[in-house]
Amino acid sequence: MSILINKDTKVITQGLGATGLFHAQGAREYGTRMVGGVTPGKGGTVIDGFPVYDTVREAVHKTGATASVIYVPPPFAADSIMEAVDAGIELVVCITEGIPVLDMVKVKQYMQGKQTRLVGPNCPGVITPGECKIGIMPGYIHKPGKVGVVSRSGTLTYEAVWQLTCVGLGQSTCVGIGGDPVNGTNHVDVLRMFEEDPDTEAVIMIGEIGGNSEEDGARFVKEHMTKPVAAYIAGVTAPPGKRMGHAGAIISGGKGTATEKVAVLEECGISVAASPAEMAKALLKIYTPKN
Amino acid sequence: MNIHEYQAKAILRKFGVPVPDGHVCYNGASAREWAKRLGDGPWVVKAQIHAGGRGKGGGVKLARTSDEVRNTARDMLGMVLRTHQTGPEGKVVTRVLVENGCNIERELYVSLLVDRTTSKVAVMASTEGGMDIEEVAAKTPEKIFKEAIDPLVGLTPFQSRNLAFSLGLTGKLTTKAVSLLQGLYTTFLACDCSLLEINPLVVTKEGDLLALDAKFGFDDNAMFRHLQIGDMRDFDEEDPNEVEASQHDLSYVSLTGNIGCLVNGAGLAMATMDIIKHSGGDPANFLDVGGGATIERVTEAFKLILSDKNVKGILVNIFGGIMKCDVIATGVIEAAKQVSLQVPLVVRLEGTNVEIGKKMLAESGLNIVAADGMADAAKKIVQAVAAA
Repeated sequence: MSILINKDTKVITQGLGATGLFHAQGAREYGTRMVGGVTPGKGGTVIDGFPVYDTVREAVHKTGATASVIYVPPPFAADSIMEAVDAGIELVVCITEGIPVLDMVKVKQYMQGKQTRLVGPNCPGVITPGECKIGIMPGYIHKPGKVGVVSRSGTLTYEAVWQLTCVGLGQSTCVGIGGDPVNGTNHVDVLRMFEEDPDTEAVIMIGEIGGNSEEDGARFVKEHMTKPVAAYIAGVTAPPGKRMGHAGAIISGGKGTATEKVAVLEECGISVAASPAEMAKALLKIYTPKN
Repeated sequence: MNIHEYQAKAILRKFGVPVPDGHVCYNGASAREWAKRLGDGPWVVKAQIHAGGRGKGGGVKLARTSDEVRNTARDMLGMVLRTHQTGPEGKVVTRVLVENGCNIERELYVSLLVDRTTSKVAVMASTEGGMDIEEVAAKTPEKIFKEAIDPLVGLTPFQSRNLAFSLGLTGKLTTKAVSLLQGLYTTFLACDCSLLEINPLVVTKEGDLLALDAKFGFDDNAMFRHLQIGDMRDFDEEDPNEVEASQHDLSYVSLTGNIGCLVNGAGLAMATMDIIKHSGGDPANFLDVGGGATIERVTEAFKLILSDKNVKGILVNIFGGIMKCDVIATGVIEAAKQVSLQVPLVVRLEGTNVEIGKKMLAESGLNIVAADGMADAAKKIVQAVAAA
């Protein structure tokens, strides 16, 4: 068991250009059921074994895909998300970085009342180790297991996963929710899924400066979670008012500092790693793997 | 990206938001000429720098005659203006805005921003104009009024009226406020703003509303569709290293420490700064080379880090996903040769092709310290810098 995706998940790629194709091939090698791609105007062709369709609707109809991954360039990515939502895709993972925030404001409103879950944008993707990889993360650092990982950052997630794997702790599912200020899935959404997943025993939650997704997550942990949660928050040394790479990583109006977040997390009983090198260690302080 | 007040007011004027008549000037003589053209005075001369708190620092002055406008402008141009936002080094004033003064009855506050919690654009208004809004929010949150805008419907007249009445506006001023807020929302959308702040918004003795100051923040991700806004960028107002970085697609922020960092990924880059501090050192910068860094980009990143004279050592921390460690290793070796590196360099590689990358560094003949894991890397660079 896992959350969001498993070995049966059928995935299509929206934007089967050089980047999209490269990662679609990587996912296929990992064992993901990559069943095709969508590139408007290229419908009917086959690229390296991937049948290409003109529209998401057609791709869903022909392949039975329930998940899509988006590599479409920023000016057009919001439209691609909405196209996937319209086609009834259950899970849309948007890797694209650099989508204008007002485009995402519209997308969020468009998605109201729809069944689709959006993960991202500006994220590394989702992986259920040994079963299904949707996104750009290196597959080999992961190991099937019982720890759920949720994070706003890509490489920092790899860091956490690698630490877990090195101490022998596998992962149930790892979800990159992305570094943008307006995104589809937040920490609370993923924590709730991990709590409900019988095969997840513990969670590592990774956050960074800006917004209050981590604080909301922490309150959820305190009120609703029975499973141990460890965390790390990046950006203690980040100066206020400066955007630290991610569009959403900014301390504005004195709000969203790492120190503030760490305080709330600790109050809520989360084991917070003092340094990014100690994420797995922070989890092991409060979690003893069953068998 | 930020712009100057005079540019902000020109944009607002275009969208029908009332602002005082004024003009930007680069010398005293033209300031005097523009004052005479604008009206009969009094005028206000305002230093144009990208920082708040200009009034307290002597960057906003009233002038009653056109000669006074000229003299004030002359004094202001070339001066170093220090405010709580410029830091102690201040900023040199190279342009001033000369504008008509007005008779202020009340000062209000209004701003628009993207509210991350609701994923909507929100309008915030307050009766406490001219104040630092963060302070108002902390001390008297009941004086701040907020409306979230449905992106598919837009700002509705009733929402604008709600705000106007909350601000204590009555009669014709309510109608004027509704139109002004609509203008601000139109501007916000049309320019892909991340922030649009009018502080103060004044009620004049003549019964008008005027945006007396204006601050814009733009969504960098949307600037591809606003080339004319990009043209307003004033490079003199930005950190030269950050400007240089943006030209090479590197995400870079200057800090005050002495350990330069080169990392892939924004989260890991922040975490690297944090672990340096945690290990007793002080990071000199944030630098994310991105996922698809090339040898050229890594070389540029090294040059950039070394152009900061405070840098006494460099830590490279790469977790290769898309980016292969051997490519990074090639880049590091190439860059170290090109810039004839004089400071200690610690490299931590992990991820795709890590063994090839490590081998390349070891065999390069360069003085590169290899590290295993982030903690080891941070410890090694802090020690190396302390010993240097």
